[in-house]
Amino acid sequence: MARYILRRILLALPALFGLVLLTFVLTRVIPADPAATLAGDAATPAQLAEIRARYGLDRPLWEQAVTHMRQVLSGDLGSSIFSGRPVMEEIVFRLPATLELTFVALLLATGLGVPLGLLAALNHNGPIDHLARLISVGGLAIASFWLAIMLQLIFAMDLDVLPLRGRIDVALGAPPTVTGFFLVDSLLAGRLDLLVDTLRHLALPAVTLCLPGLASIARFTRSGVLETLQKDFVLYAQAAGYGRVRLAAIYVLRNAVTVTVAQIGLLFGALISGAVAVEAIFDWPGLGTYAVQAILSADYKALLAVTLVVGVVYAVVNVLVDVAQALIDPRVAEQVK
Amino acid sequence: MLSVEGLSVRIGTGRGQARILDEVTLSVPRGGTLGVVGESGCGKSTLLRAILGILPRGTQVPAGAILFEGRDILADRAASARGRIGFIPQDPYLSLNPVFTAGAQILEAMRHHAPGTRRDHKAKLAELFRAVQLPDPEAALDKYPHEFSGGQRQRLLIAAALACDPALVVADEPTTALDVTTQREILALLRQLTAARGLSLLFVTHDFGVLAAVCERVAVLYAGRVAETGLTRAVLDDPRHPYTRMLLGCHPDRAVDLTGIPGTVPAATAQPAGCRFHPRCPLVQPGCAREVPPMLPLAEGHAVACPFHALPLPEPALA
Amino acid sequence: MTALRHLLRDPVAALGLALVLFAIVVALFAPWLAPYPEDAFESRLLQRLKPPSAEFPFGTDNLGRDILSRVILGTRSAVVVAVSVVLAAMLIGVPVGLWAGWREGWVSETLMRVTDVFLAVPQLILALALGQLMAPGLTTAMVALALTYWPFFARTVHAETRRLRGALFVDALAGIGASTPRILLLHVLPNAAPAILVRATIGMGFTILTAAILGFLGVGAAPPSPDWGLAVAEARQHLPEAWWFPTFPGLAILLLVLGFNLLGDGLRDVADPRLRRGR
Repeated sequence: MARYILRRILLALPALFGLVLLTFVLTRVIPADPAATLAGDAATPAQLAEIRARYGLDRPLWEQAVTHMRQVLSGDLGSSIFSGRPVMEEIVFRLPATLELTFVALLLATGLGVPLGLLAALNHNGPIDHLARLISVGGLAIASFWLAIMLQLIFAMDLDVLPLRGRIDVALGAPPTVTGFFLVDSLLAGRLDLLVDTLRHLALPAVTLCLPGLASIARFTRSGVLETLQKDFVLYAQAAGYGRVRLAAIYVLRNAVTVTVAQIGLLFGALISGAVAVEAIFDWPGLGTYAVQAILSADYKALLAVTLVVGVVYAVVNVLVDVAQALIDPRVAEQVK
Repeated sequence: MLSVEGLSVRIGTGRGQARILDEVTLSVPRGGTLGVVGESGCGKSTLLRAILGILPRGTQVPAGAILFEGRDILADRAASARGRIGFIPQDPYLSLNPVFTAGAQILEAMRHHAPGTRRDHKAKLAELFRAVQLPDPEAALDKYPHEFSGGQRQRLLIAAALACDPALVVADEPTTALDVTTQREILALLRQLTAARGLSLLFVTHDFGVLAAVCERVAVLYAGRVAETGLTRAVLDDPRHPYTRMLLGCHPDRAVDLTGIPGTVPAATAQPAGCRFHPRCPLVQPGCAREVPPMLPLAEGHAVACPFHALPLPEPALA
Repeated sequence: MTALRHLLRDPVAALGLALVLFAIVVALFAPWLAPYPEDAFESRLLQRLKPPSAEFPFGTDNLGRDILSRVILGTRSAVVVAVSVVLAAMLIGVPVGLWAGWREGWVSETLMRVTDVFLAVPQLILALALGQLMAPGLTTAMVALALTYWPFFARTVHAETRRLRGALFVDALAGIGASTPRILLLHVLPNAAPAILVRATIGMGFTILTAAILGFLGVGAAPPSPDWGLAVAEARQHLPEAWWFPTFPGLAILLLVLGFNLLGDGLRDVADPRLRRGR
């Protein structure tokens, strides 16, 4: 298993390398003159030359690529064109907020999606199945930013039962930072009031964000269970007299979720994408909000750094997903050998 | 022990009712072995599933009973017959769940149907693994299916079938997926284990050779009906039904597959009236298309569903 | 035709087809269908933020424009964006997939690694970065979406081509001396067509959603164009009073994406009978 994990990590490296190269291409090649982008419209030729020299833009392209690569590897993603602060600092500060939100959303999506898919499959073509199909098709069709606004309208504005925006009540203040995850930090500080407030703030954005994930998890679980139910070994288990509930909930589900787990990797990408809009709407102080600010202020350094970091997180998640899959289905690791 | 009495099974399909089994009667005495033989599509699998209580959804049983140890297990769906009937499936590669260890899968069935604690079950299973000659029986419990060879998996499944102390073992062509050498070993093992434990055995196959090696009695199934039944020796030496005769006549060495008869088994939705074999039968008479032939008893339990069983087959049919 | 009949037998897929056809009709005849086609771009501050009524069934927006008209006119741009993005992505992705699936060697290897790189970043993030680097606007957004969606086609076609390359009939064709382009275009591509079609239909829904997010974030369509995503963004300042302002453009997105997704699902079932629901 250890060998499999190592292999999987090594396999992820070329894509990451390619990603770094891609960000380089995006910044240096696509804009006709990066120096002009940096300097703004009103720059004089002298200013332009000065900027070229400062950023090494007068060097040959391959040399710039190597420099870019070296900088990225040493964790130097440059400074924000807008604020002048190192981009990496900003990202490290904001990453936990985004991870907390996406993680809770993923948890909701899995916790609700898997049972929904299972029930739908066992109730094939029955009322629960139709309900599940409606949820899974609707969930993938709904625009996250619109749902976010609708939920705000209903629960925060009209009913006034949940906070409209933010990660925690400003009057309460954030818990002392240990992990950056407010749920964990407020528990570590023993502040139940902060925990409850964090949960209340998480409710609307997490629900918004989880819906597409819930939809596809329910869907893949459903088809996975239906497919597994056709297998000989299920018939055999029935003949051997397994308990009905146990047969469905453990025996069949474990086979079915291998597909679902593979989907979670892809879903994570969708979650992060969704987070950009959802964070902006709920003023969630994470990477998504940062990306939107970067867009509005034309801060391409910040935007590319976000792209890079998201790519890395995505790769890590996908390695984890593959490892989880190998743990569930021992044949996966076997096949690679 | 087990007797199937006048069992009919139907499945509603898009193209009308499929009559999978029609008035099938057969029995396995205590400690006896019965082979059910027939081409694919003759209803063997449905018969098995009916006995195991796992008929697919949508099947109807308009008539008949399956008596096991004196109780009708069709009417009384209580799981009591489970465990008392062990099952050896056809394909050892597909019949084990790939994501659970061999031990976990068999223990799950034992949890429901065998007395004793999990520790007892494990001890018993290890002992059974030894009896079926699996290498390293203790370690086998914690191995995954893909870590066994095909022959080993079939041994594993035989052990599983015996795990809950059954009175009857039902085997569905348990050797078709295996190579010839392994086939022979598995059959020998099966024979030895059932004899040693005084188990009844219902053995489904399409292979007369396998049948002759394992079963005392045989029932020949054609298109959902019993064509001929009797002691294996008697049926093989003196087949009476034209279908059986042609099957055996096709292959002088009597040990090969059922092929080579003109025509095919009729679709279950379009069974011919009267005797279902009549469209392919060389002895066909006008009455054959009208009346269902009754089982005619011959000597020593040999019976045949053909009134013309005494007539000789025309030569070309035996070619 | 058999495929179409199969499709129509599934009521949910038929609903999807109906939604898509409806949207296409609305898009084609938008200027004639909209009750106030010319008003859609003109501010009428006297009648701003009017709730739905007989006169304005979906109400009016912050500049007094009829929301129904703008939703109808927005259908056209949504459909045009979806179709052109998916077509462009196909034009890149299908040849790449065919080539990489057919040939062994470093070119194929490199092409597929590039595909992996693109797939290693969520599409929206990449599209945002691309859209930002080129001048923001609807065209840029479309180019960015196409440039980030082609890998999905490449992946699909690559898998199909790989599968077919080993097929007997392809060996036979090569044996009788059919040229590679001929085999690829006349034999491999038609076999991959169902998978491409399914991918394209689902891609339409996906593109509409992503384009709407881009519009919402201000990287897509610019005012005063009647873009759905943009309308929802504009509506945020007028909540909770003008609930109708974001509601109807959002519903339009939902219905159109729903249509494409349902249709894609139905097509998938027809293309891959193994997964058909009714089994």
